[in-house]
Amino acid sequence: MRALTLKLWRELWHLRGQVLAIALVMAGGVSVCVMSLSTYDSLLTTRDTYYREHGFADIFANLKRAPKSLARRIEALPGIASVEPRVVAKVNLSLPDFSDPISGVLVSIPAAGPRLNRLHIAAGRMPDSRRDEVLISDTFAAAHNLSSGAAIQAVINGRKRELTVVGIALSPEYIYQIPPGSIMPDFARFGVMWMPEQRLATAFNMEGAFNDIVIQVQPQATIQDIIDQLDPMLQPYGGQGAYGRDLQLSNRFLREEFNGLKMMAYLFPAIFLSVAVFLINVVVARLVSTQRDLVAVLKAFGYSTGAIAWHYAKLVILISILGIGTGVGAGAWLGRGMTSLYTEFYRFPVLLYQVDPTMVLAVVLITTAFALVGSLRAVLHAANIAPAEGMRPENPPTYRLSWLEQAGFYKPLAQTSRMILRHLQRRAGKSLLAIVGIALACAIMMVGNFQQDAAKLMMHVQFQLAQKQDLELTLIEPAADQVLSSLSALLGVRYAEGIRSVPVTIRHQQHEYRTSIHGLPRERHLQHALDTELKPIQLPSAGIVLTKRLADNFNLNVGDQVEVEIHEGQRPRRMVQVNGLSQQYFDMAIYMRRDKLNELLHEGPVINRVALAIDERYQNDIYRRLKEIPRIAGISIRQSVIASFHDALQRVLVAFTLINAILGTVIAFGVVYNTIRIALAERGRELASLRVLGYTRGEVAYILLGELSLLTLAAIPIGFLLGAALCGFMASMMASDLYRIPLVLSAYTYAFSALVVILSAAASGAIVWWRIRNMDLVAVLKTRE
Amino acid sequence: MHALRGVDLDLFAGELVVLLGASGSGKSTLLNILGGLDTATKGEVSYCGQSLTNARDRELTRYRRDHVGFVFQFYNLIPSLTARENVAVVTEIAANPMRPEDALGLVGLQERLNHFPAQMSGGEQQRVAIARAIAKNPKVLLCDEPTGALDSKTGTVVLDALVRANKELGTTTAIITHNAGIAAIADRVILLGDGRITDIHHNAHPLKPAEVSW
Repeated sequence: MRALTLKLWRELWHLRGQVLAIALVMAGGVSVCVMSLSTYDSLLTTRDTYYREHGFADIFANLKRAPKSLARRIEALPGIASVEPRVVAKVNLSLPDFSDPISGVLVSIPAAGPRLNRLHIAAGRMPDSRRDEVLISDTFAAAHNLSSGAAIQAVINGRKRELTVVGIALSPEYIYQIPPGSIMPDFARFGVMWMPEQRLATAFNMEGAFNDIVIQVQPQATIQDIIDQLDPMLQPYGGQGAYGRDLQLSNRFLREEFNGLKMMAYLFPAIFLSVAVFLINVVVARLVSTQRDLVAVLKAFGYSTGAIAWHYAKLVILISILGIGTGVGAGAWLGRGMTSLYTEFYRFPVLLYQVDPTMVLAVVLITTAFALVGSLRAVLHAANIAPAEGMRPENPPTYRLSWLEQAGFYKPLAQTSRMILRHLQRRAGKSLLAIVGIALACAIMMVGNFQQDAAKLMMHVQFQLAQKQDLELTLIEPAADQVLSSLSALLGVRYAEGIRSVPVTIRHQQHEYRTSIHGLPRERHLQHALDTELKPIQLPSAGIVLTKRLADNFNLNVGDQVEVEIHEGQRPRRMVQVNGLSQQYFDMAIYMRRDKLNELLHEGPVINRVALAIDERYQNDIYRRLKEIPRIAGISIRQSVIASFHDALQRVLVAFTLINAILGTVIAFGVVYNTIRIALAERGRELASLRVLGYTRGEVAYILLGELSLLTLAAIPIGFLLGAALCGFMASMMASDLYRIPLVLSAYTYAFSALVVILSAAASGAIVWWRIRNMDLVAVLKTRE
Repeated sequence: MHALRGVDLDLFAGELVVLLGASGSGKSTLLNILGGLDTATKGEVSYCGQSLTNARDRELTRYRRDHVGFVFQFYNLIPSLTARENVAVVTEIAANPMRPEDALGLVGLQERLNHFPAQMSGGEQQRVAIARAIAKNPKVLLCDEPTGALDSKTGTVVLDALVRANKELGTTTAIITHNAGIAAIADRVILLGDGRITDIHHNAHPLKPAEVSW
């Protein structure tokens, strides 16, 4: 082995603590990057493969009822590849030993088998059209432990039927299964089922007709053009407006989730890499300054500048290899875990986990390049020292009295405290970078907890402030509001409130957005629209209340007129005035007074949703009675929505928070440990001198630990600011039509991040304390600075 | 290998001793043991009747802190502290110190109180180190090659400062050197070779530093 190579390995070993700390920070960044990108990539590939292989439709439309002949006319439109008219029925289900109401969707299977949205049969067989047999979604099956042969009671079109499960299926249409009107999957209380068309059409009075259509277009066709042709054809049959994949619920949720992942794949590694670059710079600069004379001797012996630069560059490359290797390994492992975590929510028949080699190569090259650039200055500085100059000792560091000292601020301080402050001042740049590094660690940890804080606030606003009902019923058809009095009469129902909701498209200038108008009664106890301060709004006597976010997106102000297209009946378009702004975290719905909405729709006092407050003691009786009412299409239970939300939070966010905490700790430890090890190396002689002069270990340790404490204490508030900014940035990036994440940070989040930083600093401090304990006093005195 | 063997030595209050020997003679080891920086593997060391033989780090620290002043070949000043502050480092933890200004006055540096080490010459730095060593009014002053890094003219000034401290404060002073010329300023000269004391002699009339040359 060549002598210089040997020197390199020895130095790596000598610096192992610091090398490891840097490699870990690098590994942190690389692993997040590999994890997020591979998860993103894998989920995307899995989804796209699934969509392609199972013929996921391009266009979707619901209508009231149309003859099958209409489907044939649609198929003849230019640009259409394939059309499948279907019957989709909302049903209420019950299972023995499960008292909560279950809502479900029954989707028809054409006699020849579905051409679009083809099913993946995970178990069992296709149902027989001669019997009431169904396939059920795998999540519903798993939630209730159902298998072939199980019986499910269903109310279809007001009539009770017993369905027999003959198999378990997955569909590209229901990768993300969310009950209508809900915000979270609830596998136990929402089930998707498939039944032969003939059988379902009969049960649902849809013989020779359809109420739902899915369409695949030819590759060159434009979705919007086809929708524009389709809507007028469907409108006479109660068409509610066709929409593309972008508005398809399952696909839409998937897309939002994937976007979040993608952002994490770029944002976090950027932070990690910048910290790693800083650390490498500091450590290499230190190494070079201790080896000035050595470099000079090597040059005197005839080593070229390039050879010396390459020698130190190799050190950086070796550290990078260690960090990147660990990072890629950990990232692939985490990515696999993350992907399988996602597939608990997203139902894919197969999961194609893969780490793209080109992506890994790019990560390796970029990270190494960053590391080399980070140490470039130090390496070049080393290589350019003239031999004669290098062999002379470096001039002692010069200090100056700062204006603070001249003004006498340091008078009351002990000499050791002055040493701390002067050292920090003299290395102001490096101290500042160390502070920023620690602050970034603090900030990263805040992100994990912030998501939990935000989720909790969103839930609180949604379920404590805006929607206080225990149960929410969706009616099959709008009904006269007398239905409220019959519901109120049920034993255990304390209060019933009727709502009229209607799907609409709101348009202003070039903007348009598909949402719902909720007509709320004038006297309300359960349903509230909230203003931007989250206080209940008095709904204006005319016009609509718009979510602030939608108003901002549309450039609308209070007093402006907007057009709404109603997706019901004749699909009328009406102009309404924006008369208030509201705050919502989920959805971007529009509110108005119910009587005004009824007027807008030219209808009498009708409702199609009912909010109920109930007495818990009668809960099961009420569920039983409600299940018997045929006009109810779905029942959502507040408690179970909250529970499933918490469940999801536990599974996804807790893992995420843990990963963030580990990453934050790695950065905090990496920065603090390197900073203090270098301080120890630079000041070992001073400290040993003080020990010789009679200072105790504790008094000497105070100088380093005091410096460390000051850096840490300065970093924490800066970390809080950076963290809040980072969370704000993430919130704004992750905001979508489906939800808006409020920037809210709890005291716990701040305290947790600060605590982890402090503990990381304490661990580094302990290592330094151990080194000071074992300091060789005599050796230090024998060496020249 | 033993750095020191069979060394039997007393240092008496107020005397100025020069320990003379070539490099490797064991003089530094002896000084380190006397100063409580190192412990002997065998034998006994005591100070004013108090044993340092098996003292632990805490006791040795206490001993150095309360009783010993050190001067080193490479000064070992704290670069981030001014001359006055470098002395204050010691006076702040001493039981009965003089004022840092007075200690610096004794070595002729009353004009350089607020200078940092980087702003001073080698001789000045070493005088600050001497001021730092005597400022606590130590019973023992141990100097390891105090002039080793200095030219002879500056060395004389430094030795002057040491002799003055010894005379005015009555501090027992031991100076290690390999430089035979310096021996002339001592009350007693102890010669070391191969880890043993080879000779001890008294100077009836010690010379002033200005009178010796090397």
